[in-house]
Amino acid sequence: MVFSFAAFSYIVALILDAFLIFFAIFHVIAFDELKVDYKNPIDQCNSLNPLVLPEYLAHALFNLLFLLCGEIVSFIINLPLLIYHINRYRNRPVMSGYGLYDPTSIMNADTLNKCQREGWIKLAFYLLSFFYYLYGMISSLIESH
Amino acid sequence: MTQPPLATNTSTQPPSQSAPVSSNYQPTSTSSYPFTSGNNLIQAPLNTNTPLKPLPPVTNSFVQQPATYNPIRPPVSNNSFQGPISNNFQPPYSVNNFQAPGGINRPPVPTNSFQAPLAKSVPLRPPASSYSFQAPASANGIQSPPVTTAPTLPPLSSSVPQQQNASYPQQTFRMPPGAYSQPNKHVPLNNGMPPMPASNQYQQPSSIPPLPNNQPPIGYPSKQPGYPTNTNYMSQQAGYQQTLDQFSNLSVNQGMNKMWGYEPHDLLNIRDILPSTKIEPPPIRLPQNLPESINCSRDLFRCTLTKIPETKSLLDKSRLPLGLLIHPFKDINNLKVIKTTIVRCRQCRTYINPFVQFLDSKQWKCNICFRTNEIPEQFLYDRNTEMFGDPYRRPEIQSATVEYLATSDYTVRDPPQPAMYLFLLDVSQIAAQSGYLYTVCEVLLNQLKSLPGDRRTSVAVITYDSAVHFYSLAEGQTQPAQIILTDIEDVFLPSPENILVNLSECYDMIVDLLKQLPDKFKDNLDSGSALGPALQAAFKLLQPTGGRITIFQTCLPNRGPGALESRENPNQRSNDEPPHMNPATDFYKKIALECTSFYIAVDLFILNSQYVDLATLSGVAKHSSGCIHHIPLYSGKNMSHVYQLDRMFSRYLTRKIGFESVMRIRCTKGMSIHTFHGNFFVRSTDLLALPNVNPDAGYGIQISIDESLTHIQYGCFQVAVLYTSSKGDRRIRVHTLCLPVVSNVNDVLVGADQQCIAGLLAKMAVDRSLQHSLSDAREAFLNVICDVLTTYKMTQTGHLTGSLLAPSSLKLLPLYILALLKHPAFRIGQSTRLDDRLYAMTEMKCLPLNSLLLSIYPELYPLHTLDQDPTFEWSELLVPSPRILQLSAERLQATGTYLLNLPDTILILVRHGTPPAVCSALFGFQSVAQMPENLYELPQLETPLSVKLNALIAYLNDDKAYVSPVKVMKDSSPDRMEFYDKLIEDKNSGGMSYYEFLQRIREQVKNS
Repeated sequence: MVFSFAAFSYIVALILDAFLIFFAIFHVIAFDELKVDYKNPIDQCNSLNPLVLPEYLAHALFNLLFLLCGEIVSFIINLPLLIYHINRYRNRPVMSGYGLYDPTSIMNADTLNKCQREGWIKLAFYLLSFFYYLYGMISSLIESH
Repeated sequence: MTQPPLATNTSTQPPSQSAPVSSNYQPTSTSSYPFTSGNNLIQAPLNTNTPLKPLPPVTNSFVQQPATYNPIRPPVSNNSFQGPISNNFQPPYSVNNFQAPGGINRPPVPTNSFQAPLAKSVPLRPPASSYSFQAPASANGIQSPPVTTAPTLPPLSSSVPQQQNASYPQQTFRMPPGAYSQPNKHVPLNNGMPPMPASNQYQQPSSIPPLPNNQPPIGYPSKQPGYPTNTNYMSQQAGYQQTLDQFSNLSVNQGMNKMWGYEPHDLLNIRDILPSTKIEPPPIRLPQNLPESINCSRDLFRCTLTKIPETKSLLDKSRLPLGLLIHPFKDINNLKVIKTTIVRCRQCRTYINPFVQFLDSKQWKCNICFRTNEIPEQFLYDRNTEMFGDPYRRPEIQSATVEYLATSDYTVRDPPQPAMYLFLLDVSQIAAQSGYLYTVCEVLLNQLKSLPGDRRTSVAVITYDSAVHFYSLAEGQTQPAQIILTDIEDVFLPSPENILVNLSECYDMIVDLLKQLPDKFKDNLDSGSALGPALQAAFKLLQPTGGRITIFQTCLPNRGPGALESRENPNQRSNDEPPHMNPATDFYKKIALECTSFYIAVDLFILNSQYVDLATLSGVAKHSSGCIHHIPLYSGKNMSHVYQLDRMFSRYLTRKIGFESVMRIRCTKGMSIHTFHGNFFVRSTDLLALPNVNPDAGYGIQISIDESLTHIQYGCFQVAVLYTSSKGDRRIRVHTLCLPVVSNVNDVLVGADQQCIAGLLAKMAVDRSLQHSLSDAREAFLNVICDVLTTYKMTQTGHLTGSLLAPSSLKLLPLYILALLKHPAFRIGQSTRLDDRLYAMTEMKCLPLNSLLLSIYPELYPLHTLDQDPTFEWSELLVPSPRILQLSAERLQATGTYLLNLPDTILILVRHGTPPAVCSALFGFQSVAQMPENLYELPQLETPLSVKLNALIAYLNDDKAYVSPVKVMKDSSPDRMEFYDKLIEDKNSGGMSYYEFLQRIREQVKNS
């Protein structure tokens, strides 16, 4: 076997994490635009909402892989965010489409600040975990040889 | 933070301000006093040295000024700057300080307090007058340099007394409380101003001609015990002033104390807390020599705090919410309309207003972002005199509320939108049973000609049961033709051009239709109500133009998209946590957002006899700037319902309307908008999209303080509503409110506007109930009042144990909070239908403040004593002014007749013991026994009592959107609970009595 299941999980996590980083950057920029008036909240919500579920699913997917291959440490690191995601989606406002953001309440200063802070924290987390997955991938590749 | 020493002052402020003044007091340092220190933030560099060196050479002080001069202020004012200074030096000193020659080097305190604003105002008012004072300045300056502190004195100069104290021997403060003239007051009670300023105030205007008379004596110390100083004065000044004068001062002082609201009230000991007349909003004392009347009318624009705290921490410390309640589109009589140039700040786009600074004849400084702008030449041109003149003559500068006729730059599309009205009528079985259609069609027929609009005005009528019915009203036809659309899953429009027709061209056809409609559906047995599809059709019809959709709904929509299910469980109506207060689907919200983007507003009239899920339905109006009217359990047989619908709908049809509207709120740099309350769509942080704007809608705005405001003396808020009038011209209505900035918690508390606070809290509580839970909101109410009173208690010393102190500016807040807790929107324990609760909540969110207050705490008047009450003249009527009673059954005599003024009705209760004389004079019946249980119209009799009552009712109605229907009921009437439910000060199933409530607050205040 060229590389183990663990190494495969890490490679998948690396690729997906790169996407997540882009999502987080987009998220931060989008809320900044809202704050400085460039965009209409309806348009902005329409562009943000389709991205919410893919992000959550991508994150859940590689965590599932971690769990399956027994990388408990990596899984536990991600567990708080996973729970947060599930919780966030469960408490979303009443809406018929997918997504989280409601154009009528998003302009509230508290909501706006919360979303922006969430974006920055996630960006930092994904960036750090990117390097961690890189390390995890290399170490699992070395182990398997 | 321009002045470091001061900055430290604020941070070192002791958390508890309750220390006695004397211990805190240090004669050598002005900044030691916890309360006043904050104020010094602004002026310290100038006046820190004053107490230390009482007589610095005059040159020194002059050199100093430019150096410490606040960079924010324009350089231009430099020369004019000296003018006011000079003011300080002259007459006031010699004239006012009669005791000065006594050898005590006391700075002329009162002078300071007076001149501060003057000096401040220099950049604002034309410098012309100030020049004349320069000469005396140098002359007098030599005698009294300390006065030079004046120029930077902040508006609210609580520092004044402090300086005054600084030069008194310290023992003056050790006067025993017994020295006070009022035996039942203790030290902190007379925390008002020292007597001397009071006396000086009166003298000063005469001694300094340039001082404007309307200058309010701003800012009094919050805690300095004035009386002891006063007695001290007496001993010193026996030669100068008669003791008699001093005593008169004393009484003046007590009066002033009350007047400025510094006197604490022990809520538990006041039985008649409610003033007997209407409560006026607290005055705003502008820091300049601007008259108070220049500020925006308080009917239109109110702030919860009439004095803005200068930092966020100060605001947090006061525990009061900062916010604005506005009624921007209220009908105004003498509105100034400006047709020429619109002058705006180039950076923040603020409209020029009375509170900007004119630096010279070419430039003005924005009071929102502080940018310096050019004055366009046209602005200075005076058409009447055909000369270039003074900007102060411009209406924009003379009035805080103006309307501009906008140019084409402000149009969304050309030509601006015509008036388009679409009526969506529910004709299902329940609607037919209620018989509302007769009233609505009749009112509409009567008002068709008075619908606001021009020649382009168009009207359409759509009815719906389980199908949607259109009415083709094309010109060639002789009869309106009905088109029935049964495919409600996928709505399309058959021949739209014949459905939405021009009012003047097809007038007869529309009249025909309205006459036929009620009979056509009177026996309809279709129980379906396809509101969703009808709404979609209406949206498609108005999409190209924009306009207004009016929905009459009597039952739960149950067909097609947007169908709802009954969620209410009648057993849960008195639950602590009523469920289902949030929408069941986002269908109505989504369609509202679509409507908003095409400039369509949706208004709702809910005339239900059963649950209609207002929580979900209201979304359609809430997010499209519509309005919601609700008559619960509507029945065409109930005359009071019919009258109410008639008046409500007539007003709705004929009131002014603005289309394609946006509203922007700007506030002085350092503050920002936190949350909006009302019906609209928030398009950006400070911009609201209002497809329609109507004169009966109020809005609330929570403000947060982001940066310290220490460098400014006043903050401004500007609301601008851009709209298309029904005549098709584009207009901008601008309101500007200016408020002083203060640095002292006590000033913030004393400047609080309790009615406005109650209004804003109600709006915040609605959000809280919907987002969290009702119990959360109820708890928040209680916390607010406990926190505020705790804060106030901290600022007071030596209070009696067991008392509950409140400043007069907040003494009614507990009453309002109790009333809110028992209001249908927030009450628990009493059975409240979910729709009624939700309607009460939407009312909280969008009623203008005067109506909201009537809804929270209605006015109760005794009628049997009308002929003894004083009268006043109002629009050719002699209106009696009976005293307003508190809402408690103990105030009702068995032999009395009472009027309860609610926002949408007036209830009159005739107690069983009412004397026949009163009964016949008021209602034309020989005795109470002969009266029917309910009377829906008040007889217009010739008796003096009846004439007075009708005048009173006319006066009360003047404040409301439409003339309220009057309902007279006897004690034995089955409807009497409508009246008794409003007696919120009594203990009932909904909660505790007012006294119990106060005791509970006291417990919490004590514990904290």
